[in-house]
Amino acid sequence: MKIVFLIAACTSVLAVVLICVFLFANGIPAMGKIGVFKFLLGTSWKPSNDIYGILPMIMGSIYVTAGACLMGVPVAIFTSVFMARFCPKIIYKPCKQAISLMAGVPSIVYGFFGLVVIVPMVRENIGGNGSSMLTASILLAIMILPTIIEVTESSLRSVPDSYYEGSLALGATHERSVFFAVLPAAKSGLLAGVVLGIGRAIGETMAVIMVAGNQARMPAGLLKGVRTMTSNIVLEMGYASGLHREALIATAVVLFVFILIINLAVSLLNRRTQNAN
Amino acid sequence: MQINKRSLSDKLKEYKKSPMSALLAILVYLAGIITFAVLIYLVVYILVRGIPNLTLDLFSWTYTSDNVSMLPSIINTLIMTAISLLISVPLGVFAAIFLVEYSAKGSRLVKVIRITAETLSGIPSIVYGLFGMLFFVTSLKWGMSILAGAFTLVIMVLPLIMRTAEEALKSVPDSYREASFGLGAGKLRTVFRIVLPSAIPGILAGVILATGRIVGETAALIYTAGTIAEIPDNILSSGRTLAVHMYVLSSEGLYVNQAYATAVVLLLLVLVINWLSGFVAKKLTKA
Repeated sequence: MKIVFLIAACTSVLAVVLICVFLFANGIPAMGKIGVFKFLLGTSWKPSNDIYGILPMIMGSIYVTAGACLMGVPVAIFTSVFMARFCPKIIYKPCKQAISLMAGVPSIVYGFFGLVVIVPMVRENIGGNGSSMLTASILLAIMILPTIIEVTESSLRSVPDSYYEGSLALGATHERSVFFAVLPAAKSGLLAGVVLGIGRAIGETMAVIMVAGNQARMPAGLLKGVRTMTSNIVLEMGYASGLHREALIATAVVLFVFILIINLAVSLLNRRTQNAN
Repeated sequence: MQINKRSLSDKLKEYKKSPMSALLAILVYLAGIITFAVLIYLVVYILVRGIPNLTLDLFSWTYTSDNVSMLPSIINTLIMTAISLLISVPLGVFAAIFLVEYSAKGSRLVKVIRITAETLSGIPSIVYGLFGMLFFVTSLKWGMSILAGAFTLVIMVLPLIMRTAEEALKSVPDSYREASFGLGAGKLRTVFRIVLPSAIPGILAGVILATGRIVGETAALIYTAGTIAEIPDNILSSGRTLAVHMYVLSSEGLYVNQAYATAVVLLLLVLVINWLSGFVAKKLTKA
């Protein structure tokens, strides 16, 4: 029977190996055919002319993710401080449930919400036609909130109370103690949360497709449309064939490498937290 | 535990002395309000705009372009969830049993399993979708089918089930195991009769969370299960789930009202699933 359990446990290993093999085997040859530099640094994506440069999509993903972090991370960190140190006991439970609900709302529902609420809001108040880098960043900022809040809150809670008490005893106010004694001690957990959030933002697909405009050209401004790597795959996979299809799979390989780097960062940060404790 | 309990007037006095504390407090409350306001706005907006659009026609047995019924997609979602869970739950729970009950602590194999599970949980769903398309749909020649979609989802939710089951098994006190061994039960009997039943609530909470992910998944299914809006004849025919249905409706732009209605159904499903998992987890802490 032990063998059965062992085999079950090895499924995840097998899955990772299979994913790597199939993605790389189908994606790398295309990179070779197009030319690695032409593919990664090419600034135009015109499948009909056999021109495949995914720099616009890479930049799109990076800009949108950076925008989401710029808006989402401060709100998320302050909210997790609220949850850990400011929240009155009576409303803590509903708040906690609200956060996990927020994490559970399907991305397609977020995308639809973005399409019917945030797009018109940006169009009327800020300008452009609404489907833009800014809109996508706002939506992603909302979507990464629960991810960051959950991780940051638990790392704030794992800071020994003596830090807070010691700071109070030295005459600091409640706020000063929380922000200058407790928060720095939770630093690596906080960073892990942010990096997880970045991973979620860069991998998000359906929500971004619905609000980002999806023009395959170099990002031209906050209020102009962008296309991310993820949306590039979904938008064109349906009808792509030949080299075009392989180039899309190669886009997924690039995305996958980004995610692997982010995963590595998270596990390194987690290890640091464990060592610190 | 509550230290540093302050009345409102104390707080105000403090804030007068230290304006930065006041500023920080304002920022904290503001962030909290923003977060919860966004969520409440989203839920209320979708419910208010969507519920009037929930007509009986949307639940008729067949999908036509005049009446974009969501019933076939709901049935597909149920089938998809059932198949995915049927495969992923035993796999995940058995894997957790291996990690907790059978493996030597700190062995290299365990490390590799943990690292791969962590890696899996970080992979974006579109990458799963593409892998499913390359492996299940093309290489195994299943075509775009419910089965291919379900297997893709199995890999996607496996790390979640593994992790929650592992935590649940770990939280079973060792005295249970010792007592069972003391009564002469073997390892296997102890695991199935003593440890597993006590860990059921924790495992169930994980399974419910996984259900939520399956129900809400879109990107991994578009190119594995396809977008045909019919009740499938068998598991090798294509079918769209509710989330995919909603994506198709809202990207076509012709059926916005129906998309609202679908959003309501999806949101209600997620609300129920969320509540159920909280309920089960509460049972766990009581027991």
